[in-house]
Amino acid sequence: MKTVKRILSYTGLIFLALFLTGPFIWMIFVAFKSSGNVFKIADLKDFLPFPATFSNFIQVMKDVPLIPQFLLNTIWICFWGVFLELLIASLAAYPLARLEFPGRNFIFAAMLATLMLPAQANMIVNFITIRKLGLFDTYLSIFLPSLVSVFGIFLMRQAYIVIPRELEDAARIDGCGELGIWYRIMLPLTRPSMATLAIFSFVSYWNTFMWPLVILKHEAKYPLAVGLSYLSNMFASNFRAVAAGSVLSMVPIIIVFVIMQRHFIKGIMAGSIK
Amino acid sequence: MREKASSGKPKMNQKTKHALIAYLFLLPAIVILIVFTYYPIIYGVVLGFYDYNMIKTLDNGNLAPPVFVGIKNFLKIFKDPYFYQALKNSFLYLIVVPFIQLLSILMAMAMNSNIRGKTFFRTAYYIPVITSIVVVGIVWQWIFATDGAMNFILNKFLHIIPFVHAGSISMHWLTDKNIALFSVMFVTLWQGLGYYMVLYLAGLQSINQEFEEAARIDGASRFQVFISITLPLLKPSIALCSIISCISALKVFGEIYVMTQGGPEHGTLTMVYYIFGKAFNEFNMGYASALALVLAVFVGAISYINIRFFREGGLKYY
Repeated sequence: MKTVKRILSYTGLIFLALFLTGPFIWMIFVAFKSSGNVFKIADLKDFLPFPATFSNFIQVMKDVPLIPQFLLNTIWICFWGVFLELLIASLAAYPLARLEFPGRNFIFAAMLATLMLPAQANMIVNFITIRKLGLFDTYLSIFLPSLVSVFGIFLMRQAYIVIPRELEDAARIDGCGELGIWYRIMLPLTRPSMATLAIFSFVSYWNTFMWPLVILKHEAKYPLAVGLSYLSNMFASNFRAVAAGSVLSMVPIIIVFVIMQRHFIKGIMAGSIK
Repeated sequence: MREKASSGKPKMNQKTKHALIAYLFLLPAIVILIVFTYYPIIYGVVLGFYDYNMIKTLDNGNLAPPVFVGIKNFLKIFKDPYFYQALKNSFLYLIVVPFIQLLSILMAMAMNSNIRGKTFFRTAYYIPVITSIVVVGIVWQWIFATDGAMNFILNKFLHIIPFVHAGSISMHWLTDKNIALFSVMFVTLWQGLGYYMVLYLAGLQSINQEFEEAARIDGASRFQVFISITLPLLKPSIALCSIISCISALKVFGEIYVMTQGGPEHGTLTMVYYIFGKAFNEFNMGYASALALVLAVFVGAISYINIRFFREGGLKYY
């Protein structure tokens, strides 16, 4: 009885895994396939990546030079977005965790309150602001409005709080200023939390879609997510190019996720417990 | 506090210096938050009472500035048939919430039990969550094609059921205005399961095992333990997930944009998609802001109902 139950539950779990990853597996197959039509499935064999060629993949990249461009744009946006978001969060969280100053609790509460607002609510006014600042259709405009991650500040604050006072005092006696303490003592000790924040930030910049769709005008500046939706609308028949681009856009995320899963799950749990 | 301040001038200076340093650390965050988060909240409300079309030019060639129109935008909204259509669809979208909650709780319980290959399953279940909504939308657009994978698979496997003939299923998943919304909802459900599973997993792991063990020793069945111990203790997580998923259902956009663009015949026109079109295709910022305000009121109301609903009842006797 017990074995039957076990087999049943594993069957269920495997079926669910197939259900949730199957579409992507199929997409990878499409990217490697040299014939067939994704909109017309007449036989189980149509799902399989045969006849498969790798050159097809390269050909697609040559035919649609925008795809490598989209990839470069995304990498560029991610690099600056993640770096600046980490810098700002780790700077802002430090006084909130370790310094006494008037208005501290008010500022922290005002920051946490923004977590209740859906980010899209600000889009209309931010669009107007970005245009007035002359930043329309620039890379900077993509990450500038979202550079302050309140979740990140919260996470970093938690990490700073548990650092023993003695370390800080010792540094102070040695003549370290606040900036020195932050840079030499605090930052190295909060690496795990920074890793967690970096992954979240990476995933969200990598996938950012609605805002760049609004704030960019030229296709050549599109990040992958926007570019792919553009390609799939413009060239629905060229689904192999779209599949290749999609696979390219998924691979880095999945690699990062698989390697750093522990940090990722920890971050979600930290956010949910609060 | 006051005593300290009056105990000497140098100390006061020290204090001011400390505060200054603290605010210097906070400066970048505060500036960006004010410009891109707090100011938009206020100006967004103000703009709802203005007529502001960003591409309208005046006779002298200059762009037209915002003009105060009082509650005219709101009166227009309540006569706007597309608004009602969008509102109806956005509320229909909430149907996805209970399904996503139930399934993800079950998944979290499976992941919390004694099985092998947990990491593998968890990774597999989480992949849709970290994938761009565009990629998700594209692949499901293929799957939902009329001659596509979904109909093929249904035909392949469902004709073992009596009265279902092979090849007889030919659903217009995304091209029938009565079905499309539900097809898109299915994709939202599919993509969100892993996320809520992890949230519930966090909740389950914070539950003290002793309650469940004690109940099992007292002879309660697995199902009884689930209903009368696990679920009530999981309530904070259920409340959180329910609020998050209600809000994301009401502001769904990516799926719609990629898969149906609000069609067919406005069958998948949702509030955020409608606001998006008004703001960034027509540049009618005043009307779009008014619509966004109305949506914000509904989002607030739904969150309030959620909080009230989950505050009452529960496991009071442990």
